[in-house]
Amino acid sequence: MTTTATTTTTPRGPAYGYADLGRLMSLMSGDEKHGPAATSTLDALWVLYDRVLRVSPGAVDAPDRDRFLLSKGHGPMAYYAVLAAKGFLPVDVLPGFGSYESPLGHHPDRVLVPGVEIGSGSLGHGLPLAVGTALGLRAQGLTDPAVWVLVGDAELDEGSNHEAIAYAGPAGLDRLHVLVIDNSSASHARPGGLAARFAAAGWSTVTVDGRDHEALHAAYTAAHPGRPHAVIARVEPKNPAEAR
Amino acid sequence: MTMDSMRDRFARTITELLDEDPRLALVLAEISRDRLTEAERRHPDRVINVGIREQLLVGAGAGLALTGLRPVVHTFASFLVERPFEQVKLDFGHQGVGGVLVSAGGSYDWPAGGFTHMAPGDVALLDTLDGWTVHVPGHADEAGALLRHAVAAGDDKVYVRLSEQANRDGLDVDGARMLTLREGRDGVVVAVGPMLDSVLAAVEGLDVTVLYATTVRPFDGEALRRAAGDRPDVVIVEPYLAGTSTAAANEALQSVPHRVLGLGVGRRELRRYGDMAEHLSAQGLDPASLRARITGFLPTPATA
Repeated sequence: MTTTATTTTTPRGPAYGYADLGRLMSLMSGDEKHGPAATSTLDALWVLYDRVLRVSPGAVDAPDRDRFLLSKGHGPMAYYAVLAAKGFLPVDVLPGFGSYESPLGHHPDRVLVPGVEIGSGSLGHGLPLAVGTALGLRAQGLTDPAVWVLVGDAELDEGSNHEAIAYAGPAGLDRLHVLVIDNSSASHARPGGLAARFAAAGWSTVTVDGRDHEALHAAYTAAHPGRPHAVIARVEPKNPAEAR
Repeated sequence: MTMDSMRDRFARTITELLDEDPRLALVLAEISRDRLTEAERRHPDRVINVGIREQLLVGAGAGLALTGLRPVVHTFASFLVERPFEQVKLDFGHQGVGGVLVSAGGSYDWPAGGFTHMAPGDVALLDTLDGWTVHVPGHADEAGALLRHAVAAGDDKVYVRLSEQANRDGLDVDGARMLTLREGRDGVVVAVGPMLDSVLAAVEGLDVTVLYATTVRPFDGEALRRAAGDRPDVVIVEPYLAGTSTAAANEALQSVPHRVLGLGVGRRELRRYGDMAEHLSAQGLDPASLRARITGFLPTPATA
């Protein structure tokens, strides 16, 4: 498959909007409708890419771009759909999702997809990488770019995250942002535990409805001087029968 | 004049390199921080101590590389390669970024500290991954030179294995090739890094070639082929897990019938404390044991 013929969008006037994302996902899944698990990240990602991140398909290597690191690499169709809608990916590669010749795997690979900042799949790697990214930008005097990393609530079971959370707060990494998609998928968790863990390490935290675009935008853009910022976006439980 | 340890020399050299190269960053997890206070004071944004957090140590190092910096990541080998091995595999290898891992502690630099601080398997573990250069200096001077090579090696992935075990004299190593120290007719003995002095003592009076390797990956197969000629009986003496480079030697000699004996540290946990000399003897790596094992292997052992 050739990936050179792209449906490139211009920086002004994106070719696709939020309403197109389901159709773009269908190109990958073959299904007309997608359940809550497949779309748990969709609204949070859309608001981030549409209104917050300073990134564009023409500047995927620009030193001063914002960074978005998808740490929870499972279920990346929503991510690919948003990237395609924003012109990072040609739409015609979507149907090959997961196939041998496709750059789009069931876990993303930064080497294969322009605009994808990290390869992920093994949980618990994105947040430490994001800490290093924030440190590296600061060391080069690039104090403006924001670093965002998306993790899942169950992904936070992995201890590597806690090394990063416990370091980043006291280190005052205020350009670091974590977006936790909380679909109650962790087997062992206590209500409010997610935000409390970040807060205990000195982070700014906001918990919002992960389907409410205005609430997400407000949470993303809340001021957090001197502290890293965690946005906990609550969506429908992955296993409704076991919902807390 | 007191002799620097390799770790002292690392601290001094990296401090100089941080002054010289604005693209360089150093990530620590408390270990050796006391030797690097000046570097930390001079470059607070590029000398980063993450605390006792080795998964973060490696992940953050790779994150620095994602922004275009050249990270040098340092702690004991057991906590740099073994504990966060998946971070080494994914955060550097899979992300496609480079960096320099510099370990201390070696196989038994602190025998009284016991097995938790011994890492004889570090190089063998890195052998499961693609593209890692491995330097094993045998002297502080070589450690300084190889660190400079490692830092200057573009975006390569490089491991530098420092040890308290050292040879009396440093040699002029180039970061790639083996040195031929002696030529003989009865076989080839490859001494890796800090094993050199013991090997030279062990083969005294034997008619063997001695090669000295401080860069073991990529393995200098050409030097071994040239030295082995048509009598390829080869002994490799390594300061880490026995047999680690045997496969590389076999590959280098695949076009000629050959024999390879790999000597080094055994897998068996000794459950002993003590000092390094006692551990070298227990592993059969003191000069007398080495001589017995080398002469027992070579087909026409000379008598000294």
